[in-house]
Amino acid sequence: MLQLRNQAQAEDAVQETLMAAIRGAKDFAGKSSVRTWLVGILKHKIVDLIRRASRERPLDLPDEEASLEDFDALYREDGHYASVPAEWGDPEAALSQRRFFETLEGCLEGLPKNTARVFMMREVMGIETDEICKELAITATNCWVLLYRARMSLRACLEERWFAIGA
Amino acid sequence: MKLKLTCKEAGRLISEGLDRKLSLPQRTALRLHLAICDACTRIHLQFRFLRRAASRYPGPEREGGES
Repeated sequence: MLQLRNQAQAEDAVQETLMAAIRGAKDFAGKSSVRTWLVGILKHKIVDLIRRASRERPLDLPDEEASLEDFDALYREDGHYASVPAEWGDPEAALSQRRFFETLEGCLEGLPKNTARVFMMREVMGIETDEICKELAITATNCWVLLYRARMSLRACLEERWFAIGA
Repeated sequence: MKLKLTCKEAGRLISEGLDRKLSLPQRTALRLHLAICDACTRIHLQFRFLRRAASRYPGPEREGGES
């Protein structure tokens, strides 16, 4: 429930998902597993809730999250990497392991909250960037900065907690 | 847009390229940089891997298929 950050909201989303599932049960043609089907409905409900929440309360984006000054440490003066990103071997194998997704979740929880929210909307729910900007009332540049921040932080976190230890 | 990018500039463009269509000069500069830079090529592959991983979140089912 990373994208909601609120127990009551999360419970609402699950409840609405189950209601929608019951109503739509006759449309479930068995083309996918029940789990995939329910997760699909849940994603839509979460997007709805985020939309409602952001209309009521605009995103509060602190300057330090919107700037990338803290990322300068990744690079040397000449713009090269201070520490070269490691080779991950065959990362696809990780996708069949539940522990990998627990690690990813731990890394997501370590992100600043707007960064995590924008990453979840973009990459987990697959919403287009211009729609995210509109829903959260932030500029496109802010959106790109947050996504860049999320990706760079997550890759470093996964490298440290998963790939470097040969998990 | 200059043609020679630093890794720092390339990283931003690699990320933005996943969210919008880069301009032709940006795409060209990025392609030139990736052709000669192993570090940024890794970053590029890793950002695309993150996308695949996130789209499969919350991961494999609990029953069976466990590593």
